[in-house]
This record gives sequence, structure tokens and C-alpha cells, in this order.
Amino acid sequence: MSEVKDLLTILFLLLGAFFMLIGSIGVIRLPDFFTRSHATSKSDTLGIMLIVVGLICHEGLVLNSLKLMIIFVFIALANPVGSHALARAAFKFGIKPWFKKEEKDQA
Amino acid sequence: MESFIIFISISLTIIIIIPFYRVIKGPTVFDRLLGAGAIGTKTVVLILILGLLFKRLEMFVDIALAYAILSFISSLIVAKYFSTEKAKE
Repeated sequence: MSEVKDLLTILFLLLGAFFMLIGSIGVIRLPDFFTRSHATSKSDTLGIMLIVVGLICHEGLVLNSLKLMIIFVFIALANPVGSHALARAAFKFGIKPWFKKEEKDQA
Repeated sequence: MESFIIFISISLTIIIIIPFYRVIKGPTVFDRLLGAGAIGTKTVVLILILGLLFKRLEMFVDIALAYAILSFISSLIVAKYFSTEKAKE
């Protein structure tokens, strides 16, 4: 049974780290602020949720898993809301979204 | 299992360092905020994995939860602060 537990933990941790890497690369490569907020709010959240599920699998059903589930729910709710607030502030500040047909790369 | 956790924590520190480029170069102030926010949420995971490494997860889970709440509230407040200003150009 403990091999299956370790296998699950390793699988989830690898998947989570992979998605967080994608999020980081997205923050660097994407052309505009609004496209970059896609990277942080979505793939980062997925990466964190996968890693927390991996830790829950590793811990089994103890008090720690309950706290990890609280972190799971909180990150699932808080990350998108934070990114939305930032994007709304940027739009009100006057940053124009990036369009493909524009010749000059404004970001 | 132990060495795998060490490998994951090392790769996570590299993943955390990558957004620093956006924080330094970011043309607008919101890109810098985005990079800082991304680093903040990634640090929560690094804390959890270090807790697993040090075999004392119950303490590190509380630290990670407090840090996640603080980084969320700070990104909200900074976004609210910057939404009142108008673009100068």
C-alpha cells in the first residue's frame, strides 16, 4: 500500500511542478499584461492544487490533510480573485489589450 | 522518496526565480505586480514541500496558510491602490 501512496505523491508533485513551470514561462513569454495574467491565475493555481493533492495523498487522513484541504480551497478561490482585481485595476489604469494585427509590439 | 522531495524543492526554487525577470523588466507597474504575485503564490508551495522535507508538516502548513492569506490580501490592496490613478501619457 505504501508503494501506491508514494507513486501517487510523486505523480502529483511532478504534474504540479510541471504546470507551475508552464506558468512561469508564460509570465515571461506572453506579449501583454492581460495575456500574462492568464498564466499566473490559471496554470499557477492548477499547479498548486495538484501539489496540495499530492501532499494530501502522502499524508493520509490526518489533521494535516484537513489543513491542506483548507489551503486547497483557499488558493482555488483567492488566486483568480486576486488576478481579476489586478486585471481590472490595469484596465482602469488605461492599459490597452494587445491585438495580433498591430504592427508595433506595445508591451 | 527523500531525494525526490529534495529534487522537487530545487526545481521549485528555479521556478520561483523565473518571474523575477518579469519583475525587473516589466514595462508597466502591473507587470511587476503580476510577477510579485506569482512569486508569492509559488512560495506557498515551496513552504509546504520544505515542511514535508523537515518531517514537521503541521507547523509548515499553518505558515503556508498564513502566507497565502497575506499574499492574497496584499495583491487586492495594491490593485485597489493602483486602480484610482489615471494613465499619465
